[in-house]
Amino acid sequence: MPQKFLMKGNEAIAEAAIRAGCRFFFGYPITPQTEVAAYMAKRMPEVNGVYLQAESEVAAINMVLGAASTGARVMTSSSSPGISLKSEGISYIAASDLPCVIINVQRAGPGLGGIQPSQADYFQATRGLGHGDFHLMVFAPAGVQEITDLVAQAFDLSDRYRVPALILADGMIGQMMEPVAFSEQSPHPAEKPWALTGHRNQRRPNIINTLHLSPDKLEQTVIERFARYDSICANETLCEQMLTDDADVVVVAYGAASRIAKAAVRAAREKGIRAGLFRPITLWPYPSAALAALCETTKAFLCVEMSMGQMVEDVRLAVNGRRPVEFYGRTGGNVPHPNDILQAIESAAQMAPQNERR
Amino acid sequence: MPEFHRTNGLTEVATHYCPGCTHGVIHRLIGEVLTELDVLSNTIGVVPVGCAVMAYDYFNCDCVQAPHGRAPAVATGVKRALPDATVFTYQGDGDLAAIGTAETVHAATRGENITVIFVNNAIYGMTGGQMAPTTLPGQVTQTTPEGRDVHRAGFPVRMSEMLATLDGAAYIERVSMDSVPHIRTAKKAIRKAFETQLAGKGFSMVEVLSTCPTNWGMSPVDALEWVKEKMIPYYPLGVYKDRTKEGVF
Repeated sequence: MPQKFLMKGNEAIAEAAIRAGCRFFFGYPITPQTEVAAYMAKRMPEVNGVYLQAESEVAAINMVLGAASTGARVMTSSSSPGISLKSEGISYIAASDLPCVIINVQRAGPGLGGIQPSQADYFQATRGLGHGDFHLMVFAPAGVQEITDLVAQAFDLSDRYRVPALILADGMIGQMMEPVAFSEQSPHPAEKPWALTGHRNQRRPNIINTLHLSPDKLEQTVIERFARYDSICANETLCEQMLTDDADVVVVAYGAASRIAKAAVRAAREKGIRAGLFRPITLWPYPSAALAALCETTKAFLCVEMSMGQMVEDVRLAVNGRRPVEFYGRTGGNVPHPNDILQAIESAAQMAPQNERR
Repeated sequence: MPEFHRTNGLTEVATHYCPGCTHGVIHRLIGEVLTELDVLSNTIGVVPVGCAVMAYDYFNCDCVQAPHGRAPAVATGVKRALPDATVFTYQGDGDLAAIGTAETVHAATRGENITVIFVNNAIYGMTGGQMAPTTLPGQVTQTTPEGRDVHRAGFPVRMSEMLATLDGAAYIERVSMDSVPHIRTAKKAIRKAFETQLAGKGFSMVEVLSTCPTNWGMSPVDALEWVKEKMIPYYPLGVYKDRTKEGVF
């Protein structure tokens, strides 16, 4: 039986990265993710890796760009305002087809906001973490054990598709402690013939570049990248479903909010309401097909977020008007109370079409 | 009679630089030095945003094109991952001394073991001739049509002097492209900067005063004269920091 450790989410992120073969970490202090950097500062020298505290988030993400250019596994970590600063570099990394893993332990915004947990960076993560036509793979862990699995997967998939990966956690997931066992599986690094390693007089120089002045050439590079996105959408979508088979009301929630929603769903069942939980694990690609399939059996959806309602747009897109989609959220660093979600479930159950075939 | 050959340090791609611009000469000096030091095959170049953005096509080594001003941070990532590689950035004044000031200063103060080639031509060339951080007082540009008024636009930045104050900087020299003797000195400086890196002594930078006949609105010959008459007095040539023997650490 694998050894279990009691770890903070932030520490688990760092340890999982090292076990995934990450040997380069560039960061800048910001609450509530600082334990990632602190753990890396202590742990990296033990594995002959590099921990470097950059002068800014902007510099940190560009150090990631440089290390990733050499084919190394590399990571940076921040929280919401710091992720905004990284967005320029993230766009360049995406356009350079460089693999890397970026951590966002979300805090409340906008602006400096607060340091309490939040899910208000969903749009930024899934719609536009930088200028131009591109996507990141976005993973949303709901617990410390899942963090370790998703970080390992993020490194592997990022290498395979040459698409940067984002772990979208939040202050609650980052700060909570849970028992965790690390997978015995070794990482799956991809061949990287494109990497800058010095041409050794063996090949033509490798060039990593994002400038394409010809619109046709630029369009071609973007279309090629979107073909890779298509295979990610086809093959790498993850979600968890609980009690959805017979559910009249399906609660849709991810990350920390999904843990609270789970309690509310159980409470609803105890009151005789057939409630279930649909938890997206990948936020991009979004598990739209699995969610849409629930329209066959469910009467209403309730999206619960720690924001004013961002993922709810993806829920509505997937449901496409076939069933009502309600929303309940808290923001500003507030966390929904299970009783409030339960009330929202009850209200959604009442609003659901009553006379439809089950 | 001696023959003049293309250096193996540069590819055969024709550069896009304007006639009379001295970027090409600086490229050649770097190419020659990397070839003479026999490190070309293990060199990674980091190119900027600015006139030299397409230098990845010209240097005959692996290259990455960095976001505007971020070349020293990108080079830091490359060098930390490949400590045995020779890593250099090639940056203009807007890239290095305006939008990328923080990255430049901190790479230097960390003693990052990279070489920075800083091309100072006192103007933004690629975007068509706007004021640069190094534009001289009174100099006319597209965005200082009456000449740079220091009361409104502030003073030019002297990067070599500023970086020389930092403990991490091992070698800082300012050179010029205005004459053949100065070009010879420039090559020696570039060679010394790369040698500093190869010996692991710390951060090295060569600031090269360069021309922009197109955006200065001058003939190439007048532009060389302008470097001599106007730029060198404001940006004196010479070695500003030399800790190449003892190293910075």
